[in-house]
Amino acid sequence: MAVLKVKFTKNKRDKLAQVLWIVNWISVVTGIILFSLGLFLKVEISKQQEIMPDRQLHMVPNMLIAVGLIACTINFLGGKICHDCVDIAKYLRWKLLMLPYIICTFFFTFCILVGALMCYGMRGELEESLLSGLRDAMRYYKDTDTPGRCFLKRTVDLLQIQFQCCGNNDFRDWFHIQWISNRYLDMSSKEVVHRLRSNVEGKYLVDSVPFSCCNPSSPRPCIQHQVTNSSAHFNYDYATEEPNLWRRGCRQALLEYFTQIMQSIGLTVIITWLFELSVLTGVRYLQTAMENVLRNGNPDSESDGWLLENSFVEMARSNFKIIKNLGKCNQIDISGSDDPNIDVPSSSFAHYGPGNLPTKQIPVYS
Amino acid sequence: MALLKIKFTFQSRVRLAQGLWLLSWLAVIAATLTFSMGVFLKAELHKRSEVMDNTEIHAVPNTLIVVGLASLGINFFAGRICQDALDTTRFPRWKSFLQPYFILSLFFTLLMLVAVIMSYAMKGNLEESLKIGLKNGIRFYKDTDIPGRCFQKETIDRLQMDFRCCGNNNYKDWFEVQWISNRFLDFTSKEVKDRIKSNVDGRYLIDGVPFSCCNPESPRPCIQHQLTNNSAHYNYEYQTEELNLFNRGCREALVSYYMGIMNSIGAGVLSVFILQMSVLVSVRYLQTATEALVGQENTEIETEGYLLEKEVKETIKEKMDTILKFLPINQVDAAAGQGSAEVGEKPATPAS
Repeated sequence: MAVLKVKFTKNKRDKLAQVLWIVNWISVVTGIILFSLGLFLKVEISKQQEIMPDRQLHMVPNMLIAVGLIACTINFLGGKICHDCVDIAKYLRWKLLMLPYIICTFFFTFCILVGALMCYGMRGELEESLLSGLRDAMRYYKDTDTPGRCFLKRTVDLLQIQFQCCGNNDFRDWFHIQWISNRYLDMSSKEVVHRLRSNVEGKYLVDSVPFSCCNPSSPRPCIQHQVTNSSAHFNYDYATEEPNLWRRGCRQALLEYFTQIMQSIGLTVIITWLFELSVLTGVRYLQTAMENVLRNGNPDSESDGWLLENSFVEMARSNFKIIKNLGKCNQIDISGSDDPNIDVPSSSFAHYGPGNLPTKQIPVYS
Repeated sequence: MALLKIKFTFQSRVRLAQGLWLLSWLAVIAATLTFSMGVFLKAELHKRSEVMDNTEIHAVPNTLIVVGLASLGINFFAGRICQDALDTTRFPRWKSFLQPYFILSLFFTLLMLVAVIMSYAMKGNLEESLKIGLKNGIRFYKDTDIPGRCFQKETIDRLQMDFRCCGNNNYKDWFEVQWISNRFLDFTSKEVKDRIKSNVDGRYLIDGVPFSCCNPESPRPCIQHQLTNNSAHYNYEYQTEELNLFNRGCREALVSYYMGIMNSIGAGVLSVFILQMSVLVSVRYLQTATEALVGQENTEIETEGYLLEKEVKETIKEKMDTILKFLPINQVDAAAGQGSAEVGEKPATPAS
């Protein structure tokens, strides 16, 4: 009782082999695309590594690169096998390899699905990493004289200019941290001393933002100092003013950017998974059809192809028995098992008397 | 006395045809590259066309595009000719086609060389165009409410940020222009009134620059106002401060960017030119070598191939004569011809 049995004529077998050859090559191309997408994602994450210091984020692009390479090799091999399946003589070369190949492809297909799910699940990790990374980067913005942090100012400025964003959630984040270093503050000035005193931690907080928050599309020259003070600037109302600064927060901007990349990668992975699944099914049918051809003896005859020889339950049962009996190779199991893998010595079926004839009658010439 | 005569055996003719076929396909790829380089350069020039005063520099990419397309045709036909050259029945088809083909091909190949020379020669033109364009851009920076000029602010800001430059020659250009619109100036303020009065044209000039001149590499927060006033900022000396603003002028930045592109394109086009010339020379040799076979029974004999049937001077004289015949100087020519014929006859008669 085979699962999904299909009859294959010689013609159909050849056509199946050809179609599988083409599909395998398409899958090689998708494998290459996946590999390059993984590489691209790795580069993009590395570019922002100063604001996204999480090591775990590199797992997803590494996995994509590995999946892409494995897909290429598996499908390249598959293409070769399918190409050779048209000719019985060449098929015999691959006969022993085909079943392990199918099992490997099955597990690999499963891995691809896991990969696709990881892509979509990466968003949460990304958000967390960005939250802490950006917060620290802004905090150390002023520390251009501290080794190890001296590039953070440039990184944050270029980030805000490139992604058209300001601050973590929005531009008000800059009001809560001291982003002007003490080296550039005139400590003898009354105003500076007053500000420092009015703050619990002695930080110099201003309602100003760095220049990289300025929006070039604004019709007026950038207002970056005393942003909340409507009277400090002529014809300026903080509450109703059109965006002079970037309104978006950098966390949201980066998240959107990476989510877009991940979505397109996820789509490619799903397409690759579908191709792999079809390759798997096709190769399984081809393998069983070719084996049945060999069993029949005639290379041009019709043969059956199936996914599983017996039903799924029976297959699971027989495999389970094999595994169970692997450990009992020295014992004789006389419980009447008819599994061909178990060697049952004939002494357990002794007594060829008239009452215990073997089932097959030997013709007697009288 | 032919120009650059070479003897061709049957084998070398065959090899020439095969080599030419390969060469023509390489040249097709090269022609596509030339075309795409022209398109790329045009796109780059178009991106910043708002700060350029005129579009004369576009002649360079336009020429490259035309030459690229023409080369595709030339090399396609070269491939077809060499395929037919070894078959004497099909080759005579091309006879009347080849003369105009060579003239056109030579013209377009020389045009390639002209394009390369132009790309170097038009540097001055580009610089002038940028000078005027940038000057206008800076002048109309504040006019974000006047239609036709409202985009200048955004253009100049993005240009300065992308190319890391400030002003036309340097940042001091911003001191000579009023870049803050009157809409945002408080005319009741004493400071504003003083500044405007102190200026002959009544403009509000300050020693400040827009935010797009700020250099992100600077270790301190950007100082964009009161740049020349050392006492306005703590621990600041404008004479020694180098990283605060971009030091380069935008004209210099743009010119070096475009000249960089045009230099690399020029090198590429020169190699395409050499390839194209070799294709044309091979086609000419193949043509002359195969034409000598016409009418012969044995197609495997040795023939001679040449570039020109006669010497360069004689060929030019011949061509000039044919051209002059069409002009209304006929009568003078006829009379001169008669005279020379008589002169020619006189020495002949004593000999006979």
